Order: sequence, then structure tokens, then C-alpha cells
Amino acid sequence: MSLIRRKKAPESKNQEASDANLTDDENKKKKQPLPTKKTQKSWTCLDNCCWFIGCICVIWWLLLFSYNAMPASFPQFVTEAITGPWPDPPGVKISKEGLSVKHPVVFVPGIVTGGLELWEGHNCTEGLFRKRLWGGTFGEVYKRPLCWVEHMSLDNETGMDPEGVRVRPVTGLVAADYFAAGYFVWAVLIANLARIGYEEKNMYMASYDWRLSFQNTEARDQTLSRIKSNIELMVATSGGKKAVIIPHSMGVLYFLHFMKWVEAPAPMGGGGGSDWCAKHIKAVMNIGGPFLGVPKSVPGLLSAEVRDIAVLRAVAPGVLEKDLFRFQMMLQHVMKMTRTWDSTMSMLPKGGDTIWGGLDWSPEEDYCHGRRDHNHNDTNTPDQHKTKNHVSPDKNTNYGRIISFGQKAAYAAASELKRIDFRDAVKGKTVANSSCQEVWTEYHEMGYGGIDAAVEYQVYTADEVVELLEFVAPKMMARGSAHFSYGIAENLDDPKYDHYKYWSNPLETKLPNAPDMEIYTLYGVGIPTERAYVYRLSNSAECSIPFQIDTSADHAKDCLNDGVFTVDGDETVPALSAGFMCAKGWRGKTRFNPSGIKTYIREYNHAPPATFLEGRGTQSGAHVDIMGNFALIEDVLRVAAGATGEELGGDHIYSDILKWSEKINLSL
Amino acid sequence: MNSSKLKGNLCIAMLSFASLLRFLRICIFEHLKCCSLLGCKSYGTPEKKQSPDEKVFQEIKKSRNKRQKPMGWKCVDNCCWIVGYLCTTSWLLLFLLYIVPVSLPGLKGPEIPGARLKREGLVANHPVVLVPGIITGGLELWEGKPCAEPLFRKRLWGGWGSGFTDIFRRPVCWMDHLSLHYETGLDPPGIRVRPAPGLVAADYFAPGYFVWAILIENLAQIGYEDRNMYMAAYDWRLSFQNTEVRDRSLSRLKGQIEIMYATNGDKKVVVFPHSMGAVYFLHFLKWVELPAPVGGGGGSGWCAKYIKAIVNIGPTFLGVPKAFATILSAEGKDISLIRAMAAGLLESEFLGLQTIEHVMRVSRTWDSIVSLLPKGGETVWGNLDWSPEEGYNCESEEKRQLQALSKENNTRSSTDKSLFQVKHHKKYGRIISFGKEASEVVSSQLPTFSKDFMHSSTSANSSTSRGEFWTEYDDMSRENFQKIAENKVYTTTDLLDLLRYVAPKMMQRAEAHYSHGIAENLEDPKYNHHKYWSNPLETMLPDAPDMETYCMYGVGIPTERSYVYKMSPSDRRKGIPFRIDNSADGSDSCLRGGVYFVDGDESVPVLSSGFMCAKGWRGKTRFNPSGSATYVREYRHKPPSSMLEGRGLESAGHVDIMGNVALIEDVLRIAAGATGSELGGDRIHSDLLKMCNRVNVPL
Repeated sequence: MSLIRRKKAPESKNQEASDANLTDDENKKKKQPLPTKKTQKSWTCLDNCCWFIGCICVIWWLLLFSYNAMPASFPQFVTEAITGPWPDPPGVKISKEGLSVKHPVVFVPGIVTGGLELWEGHNCTEGLFRKRLWGGTFGEVYKRPLCWVEHMSLDNETGMDPEGVRVRPVTGLVAADYFAAGYFVWAVLIANLARIGYEEKNMYMASYDWRLSFQNTEARDQTLSRIKSNIELMVATSGGKKAVIIPHSMGVLYFLHFMKWVEAPAPMGGGGGSDWCAKHIKAVMNIGGPFLGVPKSVPGLLSAEVRDIAVLRAVAPGVLEKDLFRFQMMLQHVMKMTRTWDSTMSMLPKGGDTIWGGLDWSPEEDYCHGRRDHNHNDTNTPDQHKTKNHVSPDKNTNYGRIISFGQKAAYAAASELKRIDFRDAVKGKTVANSSCQEVWTEYHEMGYGGIDAAVEYQVYTADEVVELLEFVAPKMMARGSAHFSYGIAENLDDPKYDHYKYWSNPLETKLPNAPDMEIYTLYGVGIPTERAYVYRLSNSAECSIPFQIDTSADHAKDCLNDGVFTVDGDETVPALSAGFMCAKGWRGKTRFNPSGIKTYIREYNHAPPATFLEGRGTQSGAHVDIMGNFALIEDVLRVAAGATGEELGGDHIYSDILKWSEKINLSL
Repeated sequence: MNSSKLKGNLCIAMLSFASLLRFLRICIFEHLKCCSLLGCKSYGTPEKKQSPDEKVFQEIKKSRNKRQKPMGWKCVDNCCWIVGYLCTTSWLLLFLLYIVPVSLPGLKGPEIPGARLKREGLVANHPVVLVPGIITGGLELWEGKPCAEPLFRKRLWGGWGSGFTDIFRRPVCWMDHLSLHYETGLDPPGIRVRPAPGLVAADYFAPGYFVWAILIENLAQIGYEDRNMYMAAYDWRLSFQNTEVRDRSLSRLKGQIEIMYATNGDKKVVVFPHSMGAVYFLHFLKWVELPAPVGGGGGSGWCAKYIKAIVNIGPTFLGVPKAFATILSAEGKDISLIRAMAAGLLESEFLGLQTIEHVMRVSRTWDSIVSLLPKGGETVWGNLDWSPEEGYNCESEEKRQLQALSKENNTRSSTDKSLFQVKHHKKYGRIISFGKEASEVVSSQLPTFSKDFMHSSTSANSSTSRGEFWTEYDDMSRENFQKIAENKVYTTTDLLDLLRYVAPKMMQRAEAHYSHGIAENLEDPKYNHHKYWSNPLETMLPDAPDMETYCMYGVGIPTERSYVYKMSPSDRRKGIPFRIDNSADGSDSCLRGGVYFVDGDESVPVLSSGFMCAKGWRGKTRFNPSGSATYVREYRHKPPSSMLEGRGLESAGHVDIMGNVALIEDVLRIAAGATGSELGGDRIHSDLLKMCNRVNVPL
């Protein structure tokens, strides 16, 4: 730098000297350039911009070029330099042990993760034929949001396609390998299976339209029939080796429905005969299965505040409170849309108070305090207790109160609660005015009276939550209750349980008669998971949703954060929901499991990725990220290659699931 | 539809603009790097130092700045400015393109046939099965060598999207993975390349180059979707039986047809095979009814139960002469192989040598190409003096196309020529002749060499190092090539012998799977072997009297039929010894660039696609014992009238025909339940019937 300046300085000095000797003529000439100088100045304004853009572009291209020229293994190399060598991917490890492809595998994706594509639409969707509306880039959401919402919604009455719209599930492994670019769902598992010899012919993605109720996927797309035939085909072409089924998330319930459907006689079921499962299925490896539902689905239906898996992350991140960019409006559209999806109702908590706890007890009640005792050597706990809360919490957390209006109600003793029954309340004058009609939700038919009545009941347990939803959204629940049921069966031999609405509830169906089959439940633990909520009335504009999670409610000692009580789980599904059936409900010969199918619990303790470079981690226990967990993949691979649950090492438990299951008083 | 095409064109323009930009960038790049550094100095530093300095010094600096600034502008900033300016404008244009309303008024193209037929009341009725042809199906990588690590589950072939750059970075690696094992015709060790499944397998071959996409879109209009439409993707490189052995493709196709039949209310399926898919499906028909170890075990009523109609689009029933050229010298423009692999480079010495050798090395490992060799021998394809197409008037095609442009000018000249034409027929039967004279002289004037040398062994110097581009030519000596060339003319039968001679291992491998003759007696139990199943002249159609067979194909495009060859320049020791003689041009348009043309769809001659439906299977014949109905539907080629039309709504090119409006309409009507006679029966534009009469196959 300085070198150049020094070089030039004397030169200019000379010129300055010579300038002094200039004649008048030259002076004139010197003056004349002034206007040009002016134009140059006006130039610089525009110029600087262009220059700046040019610079940035060049640098960008340079970086892009060097990125492309970089050998593909470079990031891995850097990571290994920092964190030490990576472990072998499980696929490589297993194939070194000599294991290879044996049983065909079937993937059953969960809610939200499966792709949907457009087959027929209104005019606004021109050019989108056979393009993904869900999954992939979500480009259309931003381009034409209302059109997108319109096409993603189902008919409010029937729960099927609206007139003139056909949105269908993507088929093949691509349906759910990546949810969005770079966000894997099944891809890592598929890659590892491929390493031990799997390929298209012995892997099958049972993609279905996850918006529909389970039986409707059969009615509209014949999805269940196709899964049945494809499993039969794979078993036949693999030389009679039974299939290993790997459902994830809601796919677990879907496959439960399938197992019942396939053996039921023809008009309602698949007519496979009573030994179909025994003949075709080796093992069902449920990953993160919400067998008993997820509490998260309640706020989802009540106030569209579901943070479930990706809906909100994709649609409306963060800015929920403000009406900025008409987000409230958008949120209502989203709510209207999600409420047309029957499948969301399959995830409501099942088993009522018996499973999820009543007003003053819950199976996990000691989780938080137990954990605190473990973790902190309580030095300052008592002080905070006194200062922070006027209502001192009990020894245990009231997880049973899935929804409470106000923090006070969440902590009050059961005897102190004054609850006014909402069930017969007059819903009052409708609040909907003309401006709101575009975004129809059932709240607008409810009126202030109904809203107040709902609030005055103060506390809702699992049973009452279902009633609350029936109160605030009667049409939706009417549609849903035709397809799903949330109770516990008294007598499983009652012929009414032949109806398909019970098939996806593990507490109201029997497992098939297949003693050699194995059922695994694999899920992550060690992440705080939503379990109960503190609500408040929202005070914003007329058109908005009347209830909101009270994000001001906080009680660190009691696992209450931003209005949400958390327990152990995988961020979405509480351990209780994922583990209970295998830990107790189906363990041994019970009335839910008459043939004594073996069950195994495999828990994976969450360990966040050590560095940024590791991506979503190889030891994650989160609901979707667990699909990249090496330990889980290894288990899946071993089972696919022929191992039994015993060979895998039986149960593998970190949480208190067994203790909690003991507390649940369910007749078996 | 039209506006989207316009958009596509704009996109192309934009892309070329972008590439221009990139070129500019490269040109000025070196300047920029140093210039931008300099620029920073000349602006940043002086201003900092201005305050502490004396007045005089300041003035000095000012004047210096004055002087330097323009200089700086010229060098640094003009470059940056240009880049910035171009970037901004391109972004602006892109933005405009993006927000342009999807359908500009006035640009509305003609309605797609599906929408029109939907209004007529057509709805999805029979489930449909699409069987893609050679080349057009996608292949993806499941296991590979380390060099292909990032390509896992990405497309190696067809439908290239973002992964294409990965391929271009390692072309040799890519070639390695596309090859099969030379001896077995299956996967080489450590490599698993598998067909891509689903409708995406062959909807677009490359972005913007549709194969099935238009047809699928039209089918969707009348109510088809994934559950009643199935793409029977298979690995088109393998021999047909091997797709079953390795991937269970035939079993899966059978299973899927049964599933669709069951889930759609016991409606029979309509099958749409395209190109080689027609032969593949013929193989399937035979396979599915045979008992389990060799066949699919469906029983003898399977086809009658499950299949309503087979609608062959551009079928290669009797093979394509092009396949000879592909195997012999890798010069066939087969369906799009070369177009995709080495456009234009073939003639240039620079790089061309390697490319063509690579192509040959890879394509010779593909058994399926052998399935495309002409079948039926001299009976069908003609001999030294005779061919079924003789008397075909090439000029008439030209004339018909030109008429639209200039009527009066053309009539006189063409009548002259066609008079001249009648005198001597083209000798199409001589599929390969060395030298132009050899292709024209009367057969008695041809030198008579014995062809016995072809039956002798060829181990001239098999010990030579098998270099990187090993083909079986390297095992042969120059003298052998000389002998081949001296023999002057080859008919189909001779050519098969020739191939066995120059590529013995390949033919041995492939002939275990294919046969190219005509059956004497179809009852002979030897015809139960799978190698005969894909040859329509050596199998019977299944016993399904209600099944309909359609042959739909384009006519009116000159199609390769026979070739004039020459020896390659002798200085090249290695490499391909023969070349098409590009300099051979005839007095009329039948011979151009060393290739004789006949009527067809650019890839498949009319005779090959139409003969079976027009004669071989027509009525109750020994090839069609149950007498199932056949229909011939020809579509005359009409090139796209404007740029906006893209590949044309009335094109009859081998692949482009899948966007032909008339064909789509027929296809939709059949899928919705129409029978062949409701469609209007045969529709023939070419001289097919005349040609068929000349072919003397016992029926």
C-alpha cells in the first residue's frame, strides 16, 4: 500500500511543479474540466451502488467457485480435525460385521413430514401441476399464500377433497426422505440401509395423505389396500421373508389402524384373514410413536399455537403477537386449514384421566422436583419459592390439568377451584362481523357468552379437554369423532369395537394374533416436552382467536416455561405416550395383547450436537432428528438384517417410564 | 400452456444472458482482483491522512486525487460498474419475469386436449400403465465407488436436476457407473445403479425436455392420479429377463397391475409402452403366463383377465437399423443417446476420439441395445436386390413439407425427379455398404468374397494391453478390418454374423437373451425360452381375444434405414475402424451424409412399427392365434409453426409424438373406455400396406 503511494507521490509533486508553470490557456483548460467533474460526481452516486453490487457479486462468485472446487469431503475433514474422527456410519459398521439385507422394510411416515402434490386445482395454481404443495421448498406459500391455503384445506363437512381440487400424496421414497431441502427425515436411515444392500425393490415408503382421517385414505386413495398389496408383493419377491415395518410419529397410529383393517372382513376392512399379520410382518419398530396422543395437539386445535414438528416453523415464525403483515389473519387461515385436517384429531390425548392424570395427580407428577433434586444442590430454592409465587406449588406438578386459565388455576388445590360448567352455557350472540367472514373459524359462531363460559371452567383435564373442543368447535369434533375415539375400552369383545373409529386407539383395540411378531418402541428422552398449558383470553382484535397461551406464566422450578408445563420426552411426544403401551399395556399377555406379542422399549438419551458442523447431531433424541441417531439406526439395521429383540439387548431405558406406568391404574 | 412456454423461452434467454455475464466476468476477472484492491487504497487512505497534513500537501493531494480518480474509474470501477450494472439489470428482468401474470391475455395457447375431452364427459376409467423405452428412463445410484459418493440416490441418467454439475465434474467416474459388467451384463462389483421409480422416472428426460409429462398432464385432466396410473420403470440397460433376475421388475409390474385392477373396481388396465417398452411388454406378456421358475406363474388367462388394450407408441417391434450403426461404430443417433452424450463433438478430432470410444465402451455393455437389432432377417428387411420399401419416394416427403412454403416453384422440379426416381430403386436391403457405389450397383457386379472369414477365430493379438478404453476392436488386427471392408455389402443376416465376428463376447452375452429370426414352427418347445419372448416373429400373442393391440407412430420424417461406411484413416491404430461416410450424398434426398432414409418417425422406420399390427397379427394368424384385434394409427408429421409452440403440437418425432394432440386424444379415449373401432379403426398415411404385401412371412 504505502509502496504504491510513495511511488506516486513524487510524480504528482512534479506535476504540481509543472502546474505552476502553466500558461493561461492551460489554466482555462484546467477550469473546463470542472463540469465534467460534476458529471463524475453525479456518476459516483449511481456508480457507487453499481460498483458495490459488482464487488459483492464478484466476491460471491469467487466464494461459490471455491466452494464448488472444494473436494466434497472437505467439511468432514474440518470437522474431524476439530472433534476427532467421526464414528463409522452404522451402515458401514454393520456391513463390516457381515450383516446384509434380509427382511424387506416398509416406512410409514408421520404427519406433516410426507410430501403432497397437486393433481388438479383452481386457476391460481397454473404451472403447479404435479409440483409439491407441501414439503420441498414451500415456495408457493410465500408467492400465493391464500391460494395455497385454499388448496391445502379439505372440505369442512366431509373431510375430503374440496370441489375441483385434488391434492395427493407423493409416492416413492422421495415422499418423505427430505422434508425441505437439507432437512432430512428418512434420508439418513435410507442411506444406511442402502449400505447393507437395500434398494428400491426391498424398501417401500407407505406414503399416505396425512391430512385425511385414516379410513378416508382408503376410501379416497385406496392407500391401505395398496400398502397391503405392496407388502405382499415385497414378501413374495424377497423369497418369503417377512417385512419389518418402521412407522414414525403419527405413522405409528396409522399402522395400528392398518393392522386392524387388514384382518377385518372385506367391506370395512382389507379381508386379509386373521393370520395376515402373522404371515407378513416380522416386527413393527415404532419410532417416536404418540400411541396415547400428544398434549401438544390440544393447543393446536384450540388456538393454532401448535409448534408441532414444523407447521409453525414453516408458516409463521415468531411474530405471532403482532398484527404485522397480517400475520394474525394468516394465522387464522392456518387455523381454518388445520381444522379441516381430520388427522390432527388422531393425536388428541387418549385414555382420559386414567392415563393423563386428574385434577390433582398425574403419573409424571414428581418428574420436575425429582429432577431438580438431582441437578441442583438447592441452595437458593426456598427463597425463590417465597418471593416468586404467592400460591406455593405442591410437592408435585399438576400435569393432569392440561389446560388451565391463568397460572393461579394451574396451582390451586382441587378443592379451591370454583368451576362453572360450560357445557350448557348459551353461546350468545355471534361475534363474527362481515370483515371476519373470509376467515371462517367456528369461534365466530360461538359468541362472547361461550368464550366466557369456557374460561370460567378454569381447569381442564384430559377428558374435559375433549369436551371443551366439542364445545368450541362442534362441527370439527363431530367429523373427527366419526373417525377417532379417545376412551378406554371396558370390554374389548364388544362388537362395537369392530368399527374403524377405534382401530387407531391402542386402548380400544387388540393387537393381531401374531405371537411371533415383535413390537418395538424407539423414542428419544431428555428433552423438555410440552405436557400442559396455561391459557388466557386474548385481548386483540375481534377477528382473532379468543384464547392464547399465557406466555407470561413462568415457574422455572416447576417446569413451567412461557405458559407451558414440560416433562420428559422427545420434544413432541411425552415419554409416557410413546412408552406406556410397550411398558405395560402390551407387556406380556394382556387383554390388549391377547397373543402375547413381545414388546421392547428402546430409549435414546438426547445429546445435542457438539459442534455446529455436526448438523442435527448423531445422538439427538428429538422427535424428527432421532431419525439420524446412530444408535437408533444401528438397532433398526440389525432388526432388518434379522436380529430379534433379545439379540438387541432387550429393553434400554433411561427415563422413569416404568415407574410412571406403575402409577397408571389400567385394568389389563 | 403457451404462456408457460414463453416463460420457458424467456428463461432460456435469461440463462444465455447469465452465461454471457459469466463470460464477461471471467474476462475481466483478473483485472478486478487487483483493481479492487487498488481502488480501496486510492479512496480509503488519502482521506484519512488529510487532516494532519499541511495545506500545501493537501493541495498536492487534491490535485493528485483529481488526476487519479479518472484513472481509477477507467480501470477498476468501470469493470465493477459493468458487473454491477449487468447484475442489476438481469435481476430486474428476472424479477419482472417472476411477477409477470401467469396468463397474459392474448397469449392463451390452444386448450390442451385433456380439458376439451373432459368437457365432453370423458372420465378416468381403466387404470393405465406407462412403459418407458430405452434411454428415457431415469437411473439412480445406490452404491458406487468413492468418486461417486455425493451422487447417492441422485440421478445418473435422465431427469438431471441439480446433480448434473456433479456428473460433469467427474465424467469418467460417471461412465464407469453406467457401464455394466462385460461378461455377465449385470452390475459390476461394488456398483449398484437402479431405475428411478414412480412417474418421475420418465416424465422429463432433462429439464424442459418432456417425455411422458404432457401425456400425464392430460390424463390427470380427466381424473387420473397416482393410484390409477403406474410407470413401469425398469433398468433399460439390462436384458429383459435380467430386470427380473436382478430387480424383480417383471414381478413388480405384474403385482402393480393386479393391485390397480383390484383397487379400481376390477377394471382392466390399458398399457402404453413407448419405443423399446413395446418389446419389453411383449416379453412381459409371455413371461407372466408361464409357470413359476421361468415365468411369472400368472396362468394362461392372466392377460385376458387384466389387460384391456396395449397401445404401443412408436414401437420398435422389428428393430431399428440404427442399432447396427450404434454397435458397430457408436454412430447411431439412437433415440437421443448421442444427442445427450456428445452433441457435435463426434466429428472433431479433438476430444471426439475419446468421447466416441467411451460411448462405445459403455453402450456395448448394455444388452438392451441388442434387442433393437432388426428382426426377421432378409425376409423382412430385404436382401441385396430387394427391400420392402423400394420405390419409396423421398422427395415426396420433402415436397409435402415444402408445399406450405413455396408451391409453384417446387412442383416442376419434383416431378422431374420422381420420374427419374422410378427407374432404379434404392437398395435398402444392403444395410451397410462400404462405399457409395457398392450401395447402388446391381448385385451381380458386386465382388464375391466368401464370408467364411467371419466364422474363423479372431484372436489376432488379444494380448495387447487393454487400455482405458477397451473395446473388442482392440483385439482384432488391421487385416481383419480390411477383409470386412472388402466384402462391400451386408444385409441384416450378414450383419449379425459380422457383429458376432467383431464383438464375439458381447454377442455371446446378448444372444442368450435375444433372438432375431423368424419362427418356423411356433409350437416348438424351444420357443419357451425367454430369449424368444421379445421377438414378435418368434412368439404368439397371449390367448386374449378381447385384448386390443394398437400401433401408434409418426410418419413423414426421414428415418435412417441403411448406411454407407468407410474405413477410418489408417494412421489410427486403436479406435473404431469404421465410420459412416459422411461425404456420400445421393442425387436426391434419400441419401444424405452416408445414410439412406425411408419414411418413419426419425428413429423407427414405418415397417418396424407397423408391420405386426398391419399384417403379422391382423386377424387370426399363427402369431396371434386368438385373433385379437389390432389397429394401426399413424400421425403425419407437421413441424412446429412457431417458436412458441416448442416441440410442436403435431410433431411425429419418436419422442415428440408424446406431445402430439391427435395421439393424446386417442390415448385418452382409449383410457376412458373407447374401443378401436369407436376410434375410427386404422388410420394410415404411409405406404405401409404396400410394403407389408411385399414382405413374405408365412402367417
